Amino acid sequence: MSRRPKLAVWKFASCDGCQLSLLDCEDELLALAGEVEIAYFLEARRATVRGPYDVSLVEGSVTTSHDAERIRKVRRASKRLVTIGACATAGGIQALRNFAGVQDFLSAVYASPEYVSTLESSTPISAHVPVDFELHGCPINKRQLLEVIAAFLHGRRPSIASTSVCTECKRRGTVCVMVAHGTPCLGPVTHAGCGAICPAYNRGCYGCFGPMETPNTASLTRQLKVLGMGDRSIDRVFRTFNVGAFEQARADG
Amino acid sequence: MAERRTIRNDLLARVEGEGALLVQIAGGQVADVKLKIYEPPRFFEAFLRGRAFTEAPDITARICGICPVAYQMSSVQAMEQICGVQVDGQLRALRRLLYCGEWIESHALHVFMLHLPDFLGHESAIELATHDRELVSRALELKKVGNELMTVVGGREIHPVNVRVGGFYRAPRKRELTALVDRLERAREVALEAVEITAGLDFPDYEHDYELVCLAEPDEYPIDRGRIVSNRGLDIAVAEYDEHFVEEHVEWSNALHSRVVGRGSYLCGPLARFSLSADRLSPMAREAASEAGLEAEERNPFRSIVVRSVELVYAADEALRLIADYEEPDAPAVPVEPRAGVGYGCTEAPRGILYHRYQLDADGTILDAKIVPPTSQNQKAIEEDLRGVVERSLDVPDDELTLLCEQTIRNYDPCISCATHFLKLEIARS
Repeated sequence: MSRRPKLAVWKFASCDGCQLSLLDCEDELLALAGEVEIAYFLEARRATVRGPYDVSLVEGSVTTSHDAERIRKVRRASKRLVTIGACATAGGIQALRNFAGVQDFLSAVYASPEYVSTLESSTPISAHVPVDFELHGCPINKRQLLEVIAAFLHGRRPSIASTSVCTECKRRGTVCVMVAHGTPCLGPVTHAGCGAICPAYNRGCYGCFGPMETPNTASLTRQLKVLGMGDRSIDRVFRTFNVGAFEQARADG
Repeated sequence: MAERRTIRNDLLARVEGEGALLVQIAGGQVADVKLKIYEPPRFFEAFLRGRAFTEAPDITARICGICPVAYQMSSVQAMEQICGVQVDGQLRALRRLLYCGEWIESHALHVFMLHLPDFLGHESAIELATHDRELVSRALELKKVGNELMTVVGGREIHPVNVRVGGFYRAPRKRELTALVDRLERAREVALEAVEITAGLDFPDYEHDYELVCLAEPDEYPIDRGRIVSNRGLDIAVAEYDEHFVEEHVEWSNALHSRVVGRGSYLCGPLARFSLSADRLSPMAREAASEAGLEAEERNPFRSIVVRSVELVYAADEALRLIADYEEPDAPAVPVEPRAGVGYGCTEAPRGILYHRYQLDADGTILDAKIVPPTSQNQKAIEEDLRGVVERSLDVPDDELTLLCEQTIRNYDPCISCATHFLKLEIARS
């Protein structure tokens, strides 16, 4: 019998939600555990199997020097490394510190900041090691997660669209909230993948999947102003869970 | 036995987040116990400053992927208090319903996937499934119903999108909710079975006289609102929290330690809720608890798995009641205008009370935020339990003692992502 491929799940600075997506695959989890050896997944199991791993899923951003070293070890132990979610892919909401002073942040939360060891910035995994695939989302979509795992186990590229949320609204038949209701929406510049949930709940997209491949943020910004948003509000909507990626897109745009 | 022994396990598993533990034993006595939380801090309270009050539910949800609804609910409660808005009737019922979904999802995850394997001698639910696939399949089915409920009411199961200050973006149609009834009834059956299974487990002989702290409401089991009460006579409005509880920053943890002013450690979560509000459970959940032989004031933390199972029955039962009584509201939210002030929110996350306090300026900009998650509040009680459990088990071999310590920590369903993050285990004997 051929060896089952080894899957590992790693956590860096994050909320645990993206790795929880794997446990949220209630209908597929036991079948998956039969197809692959879940070799390292601390949230779910106590036993660990040594690498190398065929596929490593990495959640979270790098915010400490210890983690900057750890991600290199993970990379060395992994044939394929896939980042899951906004923290691992764009630095997460904790990357807001990159746009402020981390010392101010520290003393706002902790009475004795000298006890806490942290880096000045929160950075995506790709800033430290080569990444084979980046899965977007805050949180990721579990269907997409299964597709990515299946693709890498079969040696093919994942079939994940890099278009905008707008295409998902059209496919779903959701009336455009921005055109029909004047609701500000980041859908035109946001990476598809969630299934356009927010517009289906009468709310504008808030960009939790990060920027799409070629986002025209300048054009959207003009439209947001037409809808009455001020500069401060516009900064806020771009500066959330994918602040690093959206700020880069705005600087490029 | 050698005079000095060191036991280390740097990778404590089946908890949410990452931490470490140090137990030092000297001369046959437990010299020191430290639950170390290494989880890198993410500074939510700092970057909330300067954000709009309407952003708090989406931003604070990202503190925890396992209990995002708890964050959303505590934050909107605080904001609505500042803005002088009451969210009642069906909108409040919908919030409670969404919260039931989170309790089902989170408790099912903990009972079956994180906690039960300890009692059955398996390293994980995945291994357990190779022995009893049917049991794990039913557990996953139960968990899935919680997620489905969150998806219908909240838009998705992790970081729901539908919650806003004032209510929701879209109120679900009655038929969307009634479509869940069959599955919730089935979930309730599985939960009843969970009570029976967990009640029959062997529990370590350990009890602790905790100060139990939770929310209380006159006519219902506490979930989404209430006064803060304890078995030592505490009975305060949420706004008085800061006068009665203090947080300390200790060197070994990135999560702040909480204690009751003038007393010390306390315990929040299922044991506290059950002990102080068992009479407000639904009749079916109450009967299940009584058949399971739970004490009126449950003091064995290992039996929290039974209490969580009873709460699973309650959450499914309560969801069914809320759905049966649901009438589509005229508007999905009440209008909210910002104003300057300080507001407080506290709700029952699956792991215990989650406290938020915000200060806003007149245009709704957040000037200050304070968030106290249940795992921070339970840190001292966890350390005391570890001390107590180790003291009773000094003759136990290292590997068994390590497992027992891990199990003691898992009793709390600690969410280190919430408290901040990283469980490693280290026992030093000298």
